[in-house]
Amino acid sequence: MLAVTTVAIVRVRNLFAVAVLTGIYSFLMATVLLVLDAPDVALTEAAVGAGIGTVLIVGALYLTKTDEARPVHGILLPLVVAGGTAAALLFGVSETPPFGDPANPVHAQGPDYVARSVPETGIPNVVSSVLASYRGFDTLGETVVIFTAGIAVLMLLKRSPPKRGGKG
Amino acid sequence: MREILDLAGGFLAHYNQYITIFLMVSGLYIVIARGNMVKKLVGLSVFQTSVYLLYISAGKIIGGTAPIVDQRFTLYSHPLPHVLILTAIVVGVATLALGLALVVRINAAYGSIEEDEIFARDKDAK
Amino acid sequence: MRLDLILRVATKLILPYMLLFALYVQFHGDYGAGGGFQAGVIAGAAIILYALVFGLAAARRIVPAALVETMMPLGVFIYAAVGVAGWLTGGDYLEYNHLARDPVHGQEWGVFLVELGVFVTVSATMVAIFYAFAGRGRAR
Repeated sequence: MLAVTTVAIVRVRNLFAVAVLTGIYSFLMATVLLVLDAPDVALTEAAVGAGIGTVLIVGALYLTKTDEARPVHGILLPLVVAGGTAAALLFGVSETPPFGDPANPVHAQGPDYVARSVPETGIPNVVSSVLASYRGFDTLGETVVIFTAGIAVLMLLKRSPPKRGGKG
Repeated sequence: MREILDLAGGFLAHYNQYITIFLMVSGLYIVIARGNMVKKLVGLSVFQTSVYLLYISAGKIIGGTAPIVDQRFTLYSHPLPHVLILTAIVVGVATLALGLALVVRINAAYGSIEEDEIFARDKDAK
Repeated sequence: MRLDLILRVATKLILPYMLLFALYVQFHGDYGAGGGFQAGVIAGAAIILYALVFGLAAARRIVPAALVETMMPLGVFIYAAVGVAGWLTGGDYLEYNHLARDPVHGQEWGVFLVELGVFVTVSATMVAIFYAFAGRGRAR
């Protein structure tokens, strides 16, 4: 279903429909993430992608045009580039370990955090304790990134209030 | 017959990664092939979301559960990708907001959000 | 009957639960799914919903732009201040072990304050970005 939605996003030219399709895509992705045992991530993806993302896109469309023009260039070169990238990625993926196997090398350090979380921080949600305590500095950087994006958007889009009365 | 089953098993074992590649390449195609700026940004966000899928499916253990410590469970999925992707999602929406703000300003300056028209207008103005 | 009556009634019914859910996700982030970011986004979305249904002016009355613009850096400041408190109590930057009487309580306090800072910044930023987008259109 994710693939079908993505193809629709590529083909549809009415941008409001693209905004709704992006919301659907985000919702489907959140469901998939939930099935993959990631409730925090699914919650964030659903709230951010389907909620804020759709609002932002519709807001931007309100201030610009709502239909995409017919593509001017040929689509052969982008398709070739995309196909080449897909081939390279497929080659890269072929050597990876199978899905979900506990013996994967990626799981060498995971149980360590899970075991350490409750005795050292008293927090059962390992994702929260890693986010806020073991990797707290990264979260500081992330907060600063959001703050910077907010400031930048305000700088770009804010209109000073009119001098006296008006639409205020 | 064995080869077909092996192939099918191999396909299913990497199914998540094939979907990720498809989504990633579609996102890339949208960014490079479409001229409309808002659609490019949507394509970029599709690309980013496919990467989330890649990381989270790498961290999953079949038969495990979400990494919230509880007496009833012993096997947990890897928490570190969850943390990384949480950060990535929020940073992604921050860049989307900023990109859309830029598109709005470009529209105010050039009157269009199609790449070709903007380049043409720039070339005429030289 | 105005056409948006259903929207207004439904929004009035659901808005307190959205804010309550945001607070629940924030404070129970330690025990279940959740945490600062999710809670901030949900709270921001609640204010945005109010602004969408009842108009930007009504939303600006209850959440003024000046408040939002003050809250954005306030969250980052809280986070950085917790880090400095780690210095002042004798450890590294952002070390929570010495913030309370024993390391586990210190960690819990540190995580609580840090998530609070994240919540404040994220919700304020979402609302501020929405105000910026929506406030621009009115002058057309």
